[in-house]
Amino acid sequence: MVQKLDTLVETPSQTAGPYVHIGLMPSYCGNAGAFETEIGLSPITDGARGQIIEIVGQVIDGTGWALRDAMIESWQADAAGLYPGQPGADPKVTGHCRFGADAESGEFTLRTVKPGPTPTRAGGQQAPHIALWVVARGINIGLQTRIYFEDEDNSADPLLARIEQRPRAETLIAKKTGDGTYRFDIRLQGDGETVFLDL
Amino acid sequence: MTDTTTDAIKDRIRDGGPLIPRNRAAHPPAYDVDYKTSVTRAPRWPLLSLDSTITEETGPTFGHDLLGPLDNNLILNWTRGEAPAVGERILMHGRVLDENARPVPNTLVEIWQANAGGRYRHMKDTYFAPLDPNFGGCGRTITDDNGCYEFLTIRPGAYPWPNRANDWRPMHIHVSVFGHAFGQRLISQMYFEGDPLIPLCPIAATIKSRSQLDSLVAPLDMARSKPMDYLAYKFDIVLRGRRQTMFENKPEGM
Ligand SMILES: [Fe+3]
Repeated sequence: MVQKLDTLVETPSQTAGPYVHIGLMPSYCGNAGAFETEIGLSPITDGARGQIIEIVGQVIDGTGWALRDAMIESWQADAAGLYPGQPGADPKVTGHCRFGADAESGEFTLRTVKPGPTPTRAGGQQAPHIALWVVARGINIGLQTRIYFEDEDNSADPLLARIEQRPRAETLIAKKTGDGTYRFDIRLQGDGETVFLDL
Repeated sequence: MTDTTTDAIKDRIRDGGPLIPRNRAAHPPAYDVDYKTSVTRAPRWPLLSLDSTITEETGPTFGHDLLGPLDNNLILNWTRGEAPAVGERILMHGRVLDENARPVPNTLVEIWQANAGGRYRHMKDTYFAPLDPNFGGCGRTITDDNGCYEFLTIRPGAYPWPNRANDWRPMHIHVSVFGHAFGQRLISQMYFEGDPLIPLCPIAATIKSRSQLDSLVAPLDMARSKPMDYLAYKFDIVLRGRRQTMFENKPEGM
């Protein structure tokens, strides 16, 4: 035997299940009013600095079907690359949003400001990106991924650089569909499977 | 807002440093053939593992000004205190800690659950157990300085679900926690001591380590029960910690 460590083991994840919305997005599933103030309705408030953008996409399973029951959370920096809570960060950016798919089309929409580049510990920069966390029935532990942007300079981003296969890196890059609009699909499994992260 | 801001600054000073890499063996694998929905929703490619960055080391903060007075009282919150929910009254309480066994104060804890008959107030729940007009099934609170939280609620019923021909979920309460960093984000479920359905449940069985599954089973806590009122169950939650280093301010690799 050896000495006991003083550390604890993380609580194991369990699926969020099909009814995650009653707890985390009550107004999305017809329970508006469960709380006076719901969190995560928008990552910005009026007057946020920077370019307002809209990202539309689907969460697609291994059969090609778009999930209707996923819940996604996003977390991002403001237009200057500062995270909420950092000194000087834009007070109109909460940085956090919760969204789900439309019951008919299976499409989600994230309306936010485009984030700026953020620093790395080694003194470099991360290209502008939005962190995502996807939970749903059948997902045993929340899936982390990131949205980068096709019209930004992604060449020096350390995370993208770590993906050896270029076609796989493409799964993290939102495609421009218009002025300030982007398409970003999340493929859980199969052809074009999204790169999911562990960091 | 002043209190919230001060708390946020205190938390930030405390929360320097990269996150401890996630121990994936502590969690269920993405793919588990006995939990059928996971089969088409589990990524097949390995995760891309890297050190945490500022993106994962920061996270949203929520202040007490967010909360309504009944937000952590599921017996009363759906009717705004007008009429109590049907069911066995219970107190769910515990602490949020990190892997270094430090309390995680000022973090949002959200829960949702079925009513006493095993039915959720969700448009997609078609189980024929009746809805309770006095029960919404969701609550939230913020941990105190010692990382403690509590909810007053009713014991949720077990319910059947379409998986294998006769699968039932044990009594459980879904729990969502933020921590202070987006990389700490966690959703799990609390089970109840003594429930014979736990060992039969394919979702509980996605956790391969017996001690890890046991960590989701809340013991009956008579010391916190209130005579002639409610029983208590204790449920501690452990989030990822920060790497403890003597060399906090040195760049990686130096
Ligand atoms: Fe459930």
